[in-house]
Amino acid sequence: MADSVDKDLNTLPLAGLHAELGAKFVPFAGWSMPVQYGDGVMAEHLWTRQKAGLFDVSHMGQVRLPKTALAALEGLIPADLIGLPEGRQRYGVFTNDTGGVLDDLMIAHRAGDVLLVVNAARHAHDLAHLSAHVAGVEPVGDRALLALQGPMAQAVLAPLVAGVAEMRFMDVAVCTWQGGALWISRSGYTGEDGFEISVPVDHAQAFARALLADARVAPIGLGARDSLRLEAGLPLYGQEMDETISPIEAGQAWSIGRARRAGGDRAGGFPGAGVILDQLSHGAPRRRVGLCPEGRAPMRAGVPLFADAQGGAPVGVITSGGFGPSVGAPIAIGLIDAATPAQAPIFGELRGKRLLARQVPLPFVPPGYKR
Amino acid sequence: MKYTEDHEWLSLEGDIVTVGITEYAATQLGDVVFVELPEVETQIARGDEIVVIESVKAASDIVAPLDGEIVEINEALVDNPALVNDDPTGAAWFFKVKIDDPSVLDEYMDEEDYKDHIGE
Repeated sequence: MADSVDKDLNTLPLAGLHAELGAKFVPFAGWSMPVQYGDGVMAEHLWTRQKAGLFDVSHMGQVRLPKTALAALEGLIPADLIGLPEGRQRYGVFTNDTGGVLDDLMIAHRAGDVLLVVNAARHAHDLAHLSAHVAGVEPVGDRALLALQGPMAQAVLAPLVAGVAEMRFMDVAVCTWQGGALWISRSGYTGEDGFEISVPVDHAQAFARALLADARVAPIGLGARDSLRLEAGLPLYGQEMDETISPIEAGQAWSIGRARRAGGDRAGGFPGAGVILDQLSHGAPRRRVGLCPEGRAPMRAGVPLFADAQGGAPVGVITSGGFGPSVGAPIAIGLIDAATPAQAPIFGELRGKRLLARQVPLPFVPPGYKR
Repeated sequence: MKYTEDHEWLSLEGDIVTVGITEYAATQLGDVVFVELPEVETQIARGDEIVVIESVKAASDIVAPLDGEIVEINEALVDNPALVNDDPTGAAWFFKVKIDDPSVLDEYMDEEDYKDHIGE
């Protein structure tokens, strides 16, 4: 396929397998990525919610740090990392001096080291940022990253890999498959139960084929990954969060550990702490909102939001939006003025017309995490 | 049947042209979730964006292939946009337009030329 061999794009280690499975490729964050397979985004989305979907997310950056780096990482991330037990993973954000977000990431405290997983588009940035502040930064270059997501993920994985059934949501473990070390976390980006599995490149294809040999598993592309995470109310860096949007505004205040908040043992001490802790105490200027547009027209990223059916200045903007296949209707996440009342109707302007959207709590679908 | 470069099909009966999108276009769009049609009696001019069609992936427009007046629209698409994927060249026609001069269809592609156009 012509678009899968663009010379400027990085190619996934399993690109050949994806092509064999009928993938359509698109450029994403500097990578040629499978966006969908034969049955399309809707079918792939629903399959993942009902069975198990296999995602190739090898474009994401994997970075190892020494265990001693957890304290230094707290200087970059407002999460409780010193309090992160071994064998557990936590979500966090790199903040900037103005309280915005440089990237979001997963931090795993493992037996021998700390493993980070960062966004592909921010990988190079994050490596430079880390290296400037933390000793012993080691990019992982010889591993693919697969995600097996859905209510049947455990039933599929457990017969292949001993020990995974005992893992709880956000546990991490190293397991062995055919002589290769799998770095496994029970987590994902779909709202479903599932696992993210870092696998040595030389074992990746055989491992992916072993998963796909199970009739309950289908390959799932980037298209459904986005609609699944949107229904799950999960933020995407660059849309719900960026250097001008604080983690409080983006609805990620929960990721700021008690120890890092005002009055905590290690309060502050991260970039933008003044702004962010003030927003935690006194409120942020904007807030994230879940929206259900009336009717069938999707409201996508960039659609301006208003408090009134006519006139007035925008009170916000859609940050992500589209059709929710499991919801069966359009859904969106927006960022609006915090002063907007929680029950107030919101209007999105589409093609010159203002259409009603109801504010709803996130997520749009109940999570299936195994806690 | 005639075809446009924008992957519309046009079927002429008397002075009424029925317009839809081709199977190729429906496949490229992916799962269609929203269709907005023009109102009956709208005067349309070639190139006007008269239909909004959105799939799970993206929004796109269908432009009027001809000058004329909309005489009928397919309301079934509004209630069931997935018809566009199920039967693009049959049940999922978009609208019917009354035209003055049927000879304007001559400049559009026949089936063989259209297949060349999409590389089949």
